[in-house]
Amino acid sequence: MAEVITKVEEKEPLFGKKERKLIMDPLTDNNPITVQVLGICSALAVTSLVYPSVVISIAVVFVCAFSSLFTSLIRERIPSQVRMIVQLVIIASLVTIVELVLKWANYPIYKQLSVYIGLIITNCIVMGRLEAYAMANKPWRSFVDGIGNGLGYGAILILVAIFRELFGKGTLFAGSPIELKFIGPTPEYMINTVAEGSWFGWYANNNLMVLPAAAMFIIAIFIWVQRSRNPELVDIS
Amino acid sequence: MYSTNYVVIFVVAMTSLVAISLTTLREVTKDQAIQNEATFNKRQILMAVSDHLGEGKDIDGMSDDEVLEVFSSQVEQLALNNDGNKLESAAIQASGYKGGKPENIDMAKEKKKPLEERIFPLYIFNSGAEKFYIMSVRGNGLWDEIWGNIALESDFNTIAGAAFDHKGETPGLGAEIKDNPAFAKRFKGTKIYNEEGEFVSVYVRKGGAKDPDHEVDGISGATVTADGVTEMLYRGLDKYQPFIEEQKTGQPVQGMLIK
Repeated sequence: MAEVITKVEEKEPLFGKKERKLIMDPLTDNNPITVQVLGICSALAVTSLVYPSVVISIAVVFVCAFSSLFTSLIRERIPSQVRMIVQLVIIASLVTIVELVLKWANYPIYKQLSVYIGLIITNCIVMGRLEAYAMANKPWRSFVDGIGNGLGYGAILILVAIFRELFGKGTLFAGSPIELKFIGPTPEYMINTVAEGSWFGWYANNNLMVLPAAAMFIIAIFIWVQRSRNPELVDIS
Repeated sequence: MYSTNYVVIFVVAMTSLVAISLTTLREVTKDQAIQNEATFNKRQILMAVSDHLGEGKDIDGMSDDEVLEVFSSQVEQLALNNDGNKLESAAIQASGYKGGKPENIDMAKEKKKPLEERIFPLYIFNSGAEKFYIMSVRGNGLWDEIWGNIALESDFNTIAGAAFDHKGETPGLGAEIKDNPAFAKRFKGTKIYNEEGEFVSVYVRKGGAKDPDHEVDGISGATVTADGVTEMLYRGLDKYQPFIEEQKTGQPVQGMLIK
């Protein structure tokens, strides 16, 4: 879908119809993962558990929003020859901030996410939004657009993770303070098998769901469902 | 097009600004981050004796403060060199650890040094009734490094508990060495010396353990990681052998109790 860029009139409300659209569009009809098909690689890598996915989503919202804001603030001064490098420096420093803060605030989750935090830099969504939107729009709008796209990405990430963790491990939010356990492990629990006597004892954890390939299937199903509900999204070519 | 001068000035100004702000943030958060890392490592060490922490104590449920409390009151630590000799604080500092405590030893760094220069930490956990000797080992899995802490009972033979971790093994397969508590539990009760008193370590056997004293079951689909664990245990525990021999014959060594 093409972005509709209109001239900003004076005395517009701070959070009007257009800002609403900037937030809602990436969550629905212009989702970065299911519609634009960007950022797939990281969606495969981090979604085996819900808790790390939530942390990564928050980090992406932060990086996306603030890199858009900063890029937009200096957009008229960025020399066009080194445009991409400037954007990359902005993204990379924000990601470094995320890394430092995580190390400071919650070391175990930092350990768990390890390289994937650094890989936010290579997330196509972030740079894509800078190029497509922040370079041509005012700071506030760009900031809102960044939040919207970060949320659109995060929403899919968390949804995929819920499916993968529930069917792959029988838990939800494992590793966080609000961990929910549906299936094992109990002391007698064996590797690759199920605890007997639990409510969900009839269900054997599906190891495929833990592997990255499962995210591919789940995202594909999301894309299918979304496009069959909204035929406008289907490319006829 | 902008002039070259403008581009150069812009880039220099931007990078310096970024560098200064990131350095400031790092300096501000550094102390807490180092402390967090130390706590994290101590928790990993205590995981090896998680069954002996005392009634109703669960290592996963313990807060950071509780972990530090247990570590400072019940754990003695010492550092050994390749010949099994106890190292003083100055020698640990000379090996590149400013803190000079055995707990500062980073096994990842040691793994890169030549064999004869390596030093190893040894933690002695006193549960009140019994002493456990926790040894750190590090090796290679399928994709990246794996490491673990192995607790021996005071006979220096029977494994009282083990805990493993990894950098990048496949989730659901190799990563089970950490994610699945049942894997580490299998080591409990196995012995690292055979009846003739020969060092044999513990073998992770593909297709099921044949000798319950010296072998444990492998994990389906994770043969390379399991072989890595076998290799890591053999080489890692082998390093502690001179110390163990000395302990069996001579006077029990005193570790530093760091409050």
